[in-house]
Amino acid sequence: MDPILIHLIKIVGVVGVLLFICAYIVLAERRICAFIQDRLGPNRVGIPLWIRKDGSAIQIGARWALGQPIIDALKAIFKEDFVPGHVNKFYFWLGPMLVMAPALMVWAAIPFGSTLCGVPMIIADVNVGILLVFALASLGVYGIVLGGWASNSKYPFLGGIRGSAQLISYELCLGLSVIPLFMQVGSLRLTEVVRWQTEHLWLVCYPWNWLPAIIYVASSFAETNRAPFDLPEAEQELAGGYNTEYSSMKFAMFFLAEYANMITASALMVVLFLGGWHLPFVPVSGGIAVGVAHICIFLAKVCALALVFIWVRWTVPRVRYDQLMGLGWKVFLPLALAGVLITGLAIVAGWSPS
Amino acid sequence: MHDQLFWFFSIAMLLSGLLVILSRNPVNSAMFLVVAMCFMAGLFVLLEAHFLAIIQILVYAGAVMVLFLFVIMFLDLKAERRRRFRILTFGGGIIVAAAFMVKVHDVVEDMPLVAAKGVAGTTEAVGRLLFTRYLLPFEVASLLLLVAVVGVVLLSKRDLK
Repeated sequence: MDPILIHLIKIVGVVGVLLFICAYIVLAERRICAFIQDRLGPNRVGIPLWIRKDGSAIQIGARWALGQPIIDALKAIFKEDFVPGHVNKFYFWLGPMLVMAPALMVWAAIPFGSTLCGVPMIIADVNVGILLVFALASLGVYGIVLGGWASNSKYPFLGGIRGSAQLISYELCLGLSVIPLFMQVGSLRLTEVVRWQTEHLWLVCYPWNWLPAIIYVASSFAETNRAPFDLPEAEQELAGGYNTEYSSMKFAMFFLAEYANMITASALMVVLFLGGWHLPFVPVSGGIAVGVAHICIFLAKVCALALVFIWVRWTVPRVRYDQLMGLGWKVFLPLALAGVLITGLAIVAGWSPS
Repeated sequence: MHDQLFWFFSIAMLLSGLLVILSRNPVNSAMFLVVAMCFMAGLFVLLEAHFLAIIQILVYAGAVMVLFLFVIMFLDLKAERRRRFRILTFGGGIIVAAAFMVKVHDVVEDMPLVAAKGVAGTTEAVGRLLFTRYLLPFEVASLLLLVAVVGVVLLSKRDLK
């Protein structure tokens, strides 16, 4: 088949699956938070199959509100898209796009499976894989900052300011916490990281990787603006934060981008620490069935981690802003550097199988 | 294809660089600088220096310029727009720019022209150079940054205990 056509199919497939998971992770979030808070949550809209003569519908999955994402999307699209008069129009428009585009683009470098019919299941297998992911993800902050600034009102502005300071601080911790992994693997290529883990144990199995793993998870909570670090959009303090002035589909873009970032962070966690598409007792290479199984294993791991994100959000209260900054600079940064040192010692001592 | 991409990236980079200094709105200037950096990263990719291209985006576009924007947003942008054109500042700027261009010309003149293909821009090559040949300049630069940080803290915190 034409290589360009294969690439197009992969891109459409990845974006489609990502947006589908985004839509349903929102539903999962609402159901789980309702469960944690002893409520029911959405439990009315199923997927409609047939409309009877009297106007009632035959639908499946109404108890779990499986049709809720469809209704939510329709609502977002058909709501009035109100632009306040005092905003900077151009950057107000640009904000949601600049948040959404990097969140989708980073998936170019994430390996989501082994091979299927001889085609590697990654869109761009570049030799600077992890750096590409971090570089694109770091551009997402512009959407938050510009959106908050262009809204030209106090609360969104404070949200944007908080967002820029927080994201920059935790980017450092995120970057430093993955350095030990690449010292062991010896390559920045993400497919290489997964291949290393199929030949040895998963990276999280080695005790000296536990500290980086904890720092990575906590930093990605901060990077995705999720509780307990959701200061840029703290609704009790900032009336919603940087997206206060947005309505309709523009707000939905901010909202979806947060979930897309969350899924990306989970996917990176899976690739870096949890073996990517690898599972013990599943053959590393094989026919179509094995290739499909690898993709399913990867997606299952990603969804499981995304559920952890939701679980944490509804369990842990929000930290104060000075606590957030203190944690990032005074605790995580030195600890991440210590992690680099410890891993270096482990490699010198010959404990690391590389 | 390679040549067309080179011309596209260079012209777009120069245009956005020009817009950085011509925009009256500091936020526009900062954003055009980000765009210019992205095009420069494109030029690095054409040289097959993928590591440098990514670092260009990660460090300059993703971190340094965000801090710039952070500071700019605290400024009164209207004061910046009210600023009048002054022949003295214009002339001074021209002189500084001309002196800089002469210096750049001297440096470029001294450099031997080599085929740019396969420039040492991979992660391994850059890392090796930084830890062997350029170790001292690298460490001196980081010490300079540390001094700057300490100085800023000292200046901004008047009542140090």
